[in-house]
Amino acid sequence: MSDEREQVREPLLSVRDLHVDFKVRGEGLLAHKRTLKAVNGVSFDLYPGETLGIVGESGCGKSTLARAILNLIPATAGKVVWMGRDMSGAAPADWQQVRRSVQMVFQDPLASLNPRMNVARIIGEPLRTHRPDMAQAEVLARVKAMLVKVGLNESQLYRYPHEFSGGQCQRIGIARALILEPKLIVCDEPVSALDVSIQAQIINLLKDLQKEMQLALVFIAHDLAVVKHVSQRILVMYLGRTMELADKRNLYADPKHPYTRALLSAVPLADPRLERGKVIQMLSGDLPSPIDPPSGCVFRTRCPHAFDRCAAEVPPLKAINEHTQAACWLY
Amino acid sequence: MLFFSRRKTLLDQLAQAAPHGRSLWADARARFMRNKAAVVSLVLLLLIGAACIVGPAVLPHSFDSADWDSMSLPPTLKNMHWWGTDESGRDLLVRCLVGGRISLMVGLLATLASVAIGIAWGATAGFIGGKVDAFMMRIVDMMYAIPYLLIAILLVTILGREFYLVVIAITAFSWMDMARVVRGQTLSLRSMEFVEAARSIGVPTRRIIFSHIVPNLLGVVVIYTTVTVPSVILTESVLSFLGLGIQEPMTSWGVLIEDGTSVMEVSPWMLLFPGALLSMTLYCFNFIGDGLRDALDPKER
Amino acid sequence: MAANEKLIEVDDLSVKFATPDGEVTAVNGLSFGLERGQTFGIVGESGSGKSQSMLALMGLLAINGRASGRALFNGEDLLSMPANLLNRIRGNRIAMIFQDPMTSLNPYLTVERQMTEVLELHKGLTRRSALTLAISTLEQVRIPDAARRIRMYPHEFSGGMRQRIMIAMALLCQPDLLIADEPTTALDVTVQAQTMALLRDLQRDFGTAIILITHDLGVVAGLCDQVMVLYGGRIMEQGSAESIFYRPTHPYTLGLLGAVPKLDHEGERLLAIPGVPPNMAHLPAGCPFSERCTFATERCATERPALTPFGPQGDVLRACHREVIEIAREAERVLP
Repeated sequence: MSDEREQVREPLLSVRDLHVDFKVRGEGLLAHKRTLKAVNGVSFDLYPGETLGIVGESGCGKSTLARAILNLIPATAGKVVWMGRDMSGAAPADWQQVRRSVQMVFQDPLASLNPRMNVARIIGEPLRTHRPDMAQAEVLARVKAMLVKVGLNESQLYRYPHEFSGGQCQRIGIARALILEPKLIVCDEPVSALDVSIQAQIINLLKDLQKEMQLALVFIAHDLAVVKHVSQRILVMYLGRTMELADKRNLYADPKHPYTRALLSAVPLADPRLERGKVIQMLSGDLPSPIDPPSGCVFRTRCPHAFDRCAAEVPPLKAINEHTQAACWLY
Repeated sequence: MLFFSRRKTLLDQLAQAAPHGRSLWADARARFMRNKAAVVSLVLLLLIGAACIVGPAVLPHSFDSADWDSMSLPPTLKNMHWWGTDESGRDLLVRCLVGGRISLMVGLLATLASVAIGIAWGATAGFIGGKVDAFMMRIVDMMYAIPYLLIAILLVTILGREFYLVVIAITAFSWMDMARVVRGQTLSLRSMEFVEAARSIGVPTRRIIFSHIVPNLLGVVVIYTTVTVPSVILTESVLSFLGLGIQEPMTSWGVLIEDGTSVMEVSPWMLLFPGALLSMTLYCFNFIGDGLRDALDPKER
Repeated sequence: MAANEKLIEVDDLSVKFATPDGEVTAVNGLSFGLERGQTFGIVGESGSGKSQSMLALMGLLAINGRASGRALFNGEDLLSMPANLLNRIRGNRIAMIFQDPMTSLNPYLTVERQMTEVLELHKGLTRRSALTLAISTLEQVRIPDAARRIRMYPHEFSGGMRQRIMIAMALLCQPDLLIADEPTTALDVTVQAQTMALLRDLQRDFGTAIILITHDLGVVAGLCDQVMVLYGGRIMEQGSAESIFYRPTHPYTLGLLGAVPKLDHEGERLLAIPGVPPNMAHLPAGCPFSERCTFATERCATERPALTPFGPQGDVLRACHREVIEIAREAERVLP
């Protein structure tokens, strides 16, 4: 089994020690600029056709990470290797090349569509941008085909975004992302703004399309249950750092990092007996400021197991077993 | 299996609806039409405009012909001086309409010029951002601080009172509102998700500005244009009232009002008619502007 | 008052809005009762009317909204009460908390001012004693260093803390009933767990009845005794939490339970309810869910099913033409 995995693949995307910093103004009139470390050293590999789920709460840096992978926000340090090609210091033209193969789906379905463009123009835009040589008729044909593929109707081709529901808008966003037949789609909380019943539709759609088109997905969410349905591996972030990176089954059955445990126990279950009977690992205190993160392990201020070493040194992300990596001094 | 047949029926139902979408413009137009004040104002404005253009041609008198036996007449049916005459016997109605031509033309030209400058200035500042934006906006602030009347007096005194100079003087002080508004809108558009989406697709910057930013600016631009026009017309009237605007033999509403105030106790109609015409035009523009603002406000949906 | 007498009894509550496109009925014929100390969950998605129904109770509907029916609170009808009497009850006997604490708290006033204002108004306390009570209430909702923090402004607190301040403000007058409209939706999951635990504890300590409005079935499972499921402004199913979660009798309830991603189960494919959320201006003549229901028949689209009792004690209410046994069979098949 592991042999098979070895021989198959070169990672599609390799992120090594990525840092994204923002300059913010300090408090008070004469304070100098301070640095907000939104992403503070994240590394992972992504293989073709696989889904990596990235979870974390607000302020963990997952959205920033997503944008840094695509160079929508410039990375301050670290490497992004795309299909074997190191993108550090790459020119905009090189990123343009990459953009043909990497697309993004956004959180707010309606806001991610230009209200003054109709559906046909929205979905066709990537084609017009990257394949200006393609004939109008061909573009239209592909747009129509993609529209049907995401579950909408050809008759809606010339409608405007505000005429659709949230779920339908998200389908349009997905169609737009897929029209160039990319290898990777980064989904930034694609279902958070949708009703439960629509969420399920979109999740099923993404999974079907992934299988059909051999897509790799980076699926970002704050809901662990949603991520479980979509991903093969999961990366848990906290305050810009990786806490745990594990195979799905292992993460949910036997979470290693205290933060992962707390997160999992906090997810409310749609089962009264289980929900009321469960023991929640409560986190003490509040989220520290990303401008002034705690020394050593950033999670230590809220961790029930923190001890001396946690404040002194930053724990590296290391393999605990063949399925799990965790950044914790307990191991 | 029930699943799929259900889904298909649903899609068929959707398919039966009209194939072409109702764009935001169509939506806005419908909302605008529901606003009675705005629609009435639009009609009235068009009538005034038509009267100013066509009127002087069909009316019996010309604007500068002195009718020696009808001097300083109040509104009367005699000799078809329906709005009366001034001290030289010139028909007030025709003069009002001809003055309207000038006032409206100055209004339109100065507005067009200031809208163009304002959009260019504001969109550039908003899109580039940073120090360039700060610099450009400080210039706008400085312009606001300059007392336009003093400058207008200076310009006119030095360069004379040609028609085009009046337009330039007015334009110079009317573009700032538009610049500010366009800049604000551009800034907020820049951070909208659909612009981010366009960047993630790899759409070049030039295309982003034309396809994504500009069409979403037009709403705001249209509204502020209808606010700029009355302001510009009023400015022209004020300049003419002070004797700094349009020269004889041409006339404008401002000039007529100035003439009217000097004989207001004796011949009140001389002030009343041009004044009423100016006021009505300004009201109409304001109502239309309000109507457009409500119609284009996405929250109203 | 007898132990089982209802604290609040809502009878045939309907809310209609006058819009340029005609009259829209957002809530249609809601009826339920709540006893002291109980928690009642109102579950629904967008367009279900769950928020509007409670806003109607509190007299907080928009200008073009009209409520009809009766809502008896301690014997008095809230819906027909004049504004001044309703004001005495609002914030005092019935309190409401909302989804976004940032917009529900006045950003220009300190927390102290906002809390003491409530006490001065409803309890006639002096500034001093109001402050003392406010600080102790903040401590009860576990805001650390309350005496110092009370002088701060809302924006200086984190989201979770702001929500706790809202809860504190709601509990200041020790209301009989707390209406919580999506209180944890905007919060991170760990903060959500803390807030839910807080609500549970406060309810136990104060005996406050809670009406919880949410779309999150997990939150309902954790907090509610009785549950009402709404769709398109109408009740689809109503019953105890046990019966709703373990023995759903309505296709929509079943659909919701199937669509929720499960943490505790190894399911691969989610049961998706087909279609789109209801257009409240154009609901079908029959059951509002018929357009999306996999069990629907011709009759469902044209004839509205009445809310009928089911079960040995008749304590489950359902509005569906199909037989319970068919729904139960499907539930067996798709639910874990």
